[in-house]
Amino acid sequence: MMKFEYAPAPESTAIVDIQSDYNLFIDGKFVPSKGGKRFATMNPANEQVLAKVTQGTAADVDRAVKAATNAYKKTWSKLPGADRGKYLFRIARILQERAREFAVLESMDNGKPIRETRDTDIPLAAAHFFYHAGWADKLEHAGLGANPKAHGVVGQIIPWNFPLLMLAWKIAPALATGNTVVLKPAETTPLTALLFAEVCQQAELPNGVVNIVTGDGATGSALVNHPGIQKIAFTGSTEVGKLIARSVVGTKKALTLELGGKGANIVFEDAPIDETVEGIINGIYFNQGHVCCAGSRLLVQENIKDELIEKLKRRMSMIRVGDPLDKNTDLGAINSKAQLTKIQELAQSGDTEGAERWSPECQLPEKGFWFPPTFFTGVSQSHRIAREEIFGPVLSVITFRTPSEAIEKANNTPYGLSAGIWTDKGSRILWSAQQLKAGVIWANTFNKFDPASPFGGYKESGWGREGGRHGLAAYLKGDM
Amino acid sequence: MRIDVKKTYKLFIGGQFPRSESGRSYELFDSKGNFLANPALASRKDLRDAVVAARNISDKWSSATAFNRSQILYRVAEVMEGRKDQFIAEIIAQEGVTKAQALKQVNEAIDLWVWYAGWCDKIASVYGGTNPVSGSFYNFTTPENLGVVASFISDQSSLTSIVHAVAPILAGGNTLVAVAHEDYPLSAITLSEVIATSDVPGGVVNILTGKAKEIAPWVGSHMDIDGVDGSGLDSTTYDALRKDGADNLKRINRFDEVKSPQRILAYMEHKTVWHPIGI
Amino acid sequence: MLAIDGTEISIKSFLRTLSPVDQVGAESRAAMLGTRSIKTTSKLWAIDTAISMIDLTTLEGADTPGKVKAICTKAVRPDPIDATVPHVGAVCVYNDMVRIAREHLDNNGGKSIPVAAVSTAFPSGRASLEVKKRDTEDAIANGATEIDMVIDRGAFLSGNLAKVFAEIVCIKEICGERAHLKVILETGELVTYDNVRKASFLAMAAGADFIKTSTGKVTPAATTPVVLVMLEAVRDYFQLTGKRIGVKPAGGIRTTKDAIKQLVLVNETAGPEWLNPELFRIGASALLNDLLMQRMKMHHGQYSGRNYVTLD
Repeated sequence: MMKFEYAPAPESTAIVDIQSDYNLFIDGKFVPSKGGKRFATMNPANEQVLAKVTQGTAADVDRAVKAATNAYKKTWSKLPGADRGKYLFRIARILQERAREFAVLESMDNGKPIRETRDTDIPLAAAHFFYHAGWADKLEHAGLGANPKAHGVVGQIIPWNFPLLMLAWKIAPALATGNTVVLKPAETTPLTALLFAEVCQQAELPNGVVNIVTGDGATGSALVNHPGIQKIAFTGSTEVGKLIARSVVGTKKALTLELGGKGANIVFEDAPIDETVEGIINGIYFNQGHVCCAGSRLLVQENIKDELIEKLKRRMSMIRVGDPLDKNTDLGAINSKAQLTKIQELAQSGDTEGAERWSPECQLPEKGFWFPPTFFTGVSQSHRIAREEIFGPVLSVITFRTPSEAIEKANNTPYGLSAGIWTDKGSRILWSAQQLKAGVIWANTFNKFDPASPFGGYKESGWGREGGRHGLAAYLKGDM
Repeated sequence: MRIDVKKTYKLFIGGQFPRSESGRSYELFDSKGNFLANPALASRKDLRDAVVAARNISDKWSSATAFNRSQILYRVAEVMEGRKDQFIAEIIAQEGVTKAQALKQVNEAIDLWVWYAGWCDKIASVYGGTNPVSGSFYNFTTPENLGVVASFISDQSSLTSIVHAVAPILAGGNTLVAVAHEDYPLSAITLSEVIATSDVPGGVVNILTGKAKEIAPWVGSHMDIDGVDGSGLDSTTYDALRKDGADNLKRINRFDEVKSPQRILAYMEHKTVWHPIGI
Repeated sequence: MLAIDGTEISIKSFLRTLSPVDQVGAESRAAMLGTRSIKTTSKLWAIDTAISMIDLTTLEGADTPGKVKAICTKAVRPDPIDATVPHVGAVCVYNDMVRIAREHLDNNGGKSIPVAAVSTAFPSGRASLEVKKRDTEDAIANGATEIDMVIDRGAFLSGNLAKVFAEIVCIKEICGERAHLKVILETGELVTYDNVRKASFLAMAAGADFIKTSTGKVTPAATTPVVLVMLEAVRDYFQLTGKRIGVKPAGGIRTTKDAIKQLVLVNETAGPEWLNPELFRIGASALLNDLLMQRMKMHHGQYSGRNYVTLD
């Protein structure tokens, strides 16, 4: 019996031109830090250093905020919405033009497969700018009053799991609604944000409207605590989100948060089984499980559990783990050593607490940070792997007997970001959706995102929504 | 001195540029009385063909994603921007205004087109929604495209009036047959050339040049036209069209030249769906 | 075996136990598999494998002995210059051309290439059972060792599943040991993936050796999601019964890219056990030339052209 082996199909890196060092992007130019050091960003698939970027100091943050304030007062707030829209249309078009370059760079800096950056991350990022460009000149129709006003200067901190896409989710609505921005990308994935600064220049965006200050948690803290910011938008861990929530008390800063999750993917006995298996795989192994809204708990109706697990195992043995730049790779590298350690530690707790681990046989590369697609059965609600966000390709399988029990278990968490429902019955989809305490509910699908669709969580998964008409509210002060 | 290659102004039907099947044309003069062109004089059969083209592509256009439609319409604006000089020359010739005034109009027309392009993927969020009915039912209302719309372009201006007459209808997912005002056919056909090179599927936009009064009764009585924008018609012709249009209850309106999402909604239907919520 | 006794109620009960198919999910899985990038050595392997799986087909009203002989020559030796090109999987013709095809193949080095005949009032299936039986018997008597029959779609869509079932059982009986039976579902007329899944199981339960997508006379034909659903059906049938049934997409597969997408589907759905002509065939005509041109490009590094392949 001949096996159909797929020969290597590497995407060329010739299209990217990575500099050895990067400065900060403030007031429309790349400028060096005053006193800040540099730190390395690496490719987690092979641990090679890609570039050195700047650790923004408090003084650098101050410069950026001043540039953003100046741009807001002198230029941006005076432009009609239609003009703001035109800049955003330009940015969207340039992202489309340079799509392949961004896709390759993102894959190298983050570790995710090129197929995903090419087919998902980059197109969605461009679409986000395109969609919000069209809001800039029609804010009076957004349901926020006849004359909603921008906050002014917005401080934005984004995570490493979808670097360019998270940047788009933040900057597009902020600019469309008339705010100016100081954005800090995650320290392990700064490169596409820095390339985005070039796009701003190509689009001739007025100086200071967008400022990119790289750095780690200290830089983020300086940004959050800067008195010159009127609003903060943060996507990251629930832990840090709570810190920020406390730190804005006593100020007038508006705050939205996009935090963690422990999404339940609920499979009823009448689910379309093959598409359900795809949905489960997509729900937890897409993007190596580094997804806040991942379907990290599989809640399966007990009477179909065995059949589903068999199919899941068969499907998982076809997941191709390896070089993210190979076009056939399904599962790429874990973003950092720190994250890998976290995943390993939590998976270990699954073993010690008595759950049963399974992974298909995989050839993991020698260098880089890797974890095979994994699930645990025999998981109970009290296990750490049922309660804590792992943020990796690890699925916890829990059973239920009745729909009510499924809802009870699904809701039994401090998080409330996402949930999935798999069934052939329409009324049950709607009933489940009505009962679930989650901001995004996917029925017979999973991990679908669209600029027109609001995204955000209940409970400790955060405050506010991003995307759609509802997402504009975060960036505007509406008339009461 | 170089001899110009003069342009021929034909109709725009099904993505192609045919002459009128009647073979007729009419003489167009500029504001000073100089000869400008012989644009085609559309007949009822041209209208008939245009409606067939618009209907054939209707499903494909309305079932494209709203985002896709907005991208295509935005592309039209990109190409318009590149053709500014041609539009300016034609506005000056047709209206007798100055270059500065013509430029202002072209800029307004493009910005207005972009405004409508950005509505495609937002109209449902703003004007649709769930309804809190009594009983265990999920109920939502969503605006949907109407179908094929005929639009009579007014003579308030040679280019901006065309955008008012065309863009909101397209933003609602409809296909259309537009009738240019007989004084301003050149801008309409140049806009057709822009549309033909902007990834707009053939038949989504069809433009006829000629006499609105002659075509209007055939539009009014046509049983496969779903809506009419009569902004470019005089009262008598408009009222007659309303009486004819009652045969298939066409949705007939006319508007002052303002930009508003109401002009999009005027050519959309609202669908309400119920579904039980149950275990 | 499956709990079906040929009665309407037993067939319907069984089919109701099948999992539903979500259209959007199935199409998106097929589309994702279509992004697999098959290059260099794997592409060469895929091209040769695809060639060996082709049922080289001519099913025109205007078919003549000359036309049929021409495709038989091509079936044996697809590339007149390059003898390393494998021969195709089978030749597929109308009933009254079977004898000509068989003789010409035998006289030109094609003894190992089977002749498949379309049967049972192909393509519509609208004729009496007697006519369908006679159609099949004639074909086998003339040398066909494969029968491609059509199901009665009218009966399927109007809920007369027992009739569909009985006809397949009957034709299979005639085939016996002499011919293998492919059952054409005509998926374009069945429209929904749920119907495709149900018809696949019904055909397999009734004795099909292969399930085939289409007659090639109706569009859409062998789209990737339809083939995906059929591959899932044969995979599941194997789990239930231990028997492997073949799959044949036919119609609309014109380019090497299309063919490779099909092989990827097989590989990642039913599995590598199906990647041979005993369990996977591709019904096509123009495809062969595209495969040959791609093969030439891979060997010589140049894009090829129409004049370097035979137009029969």
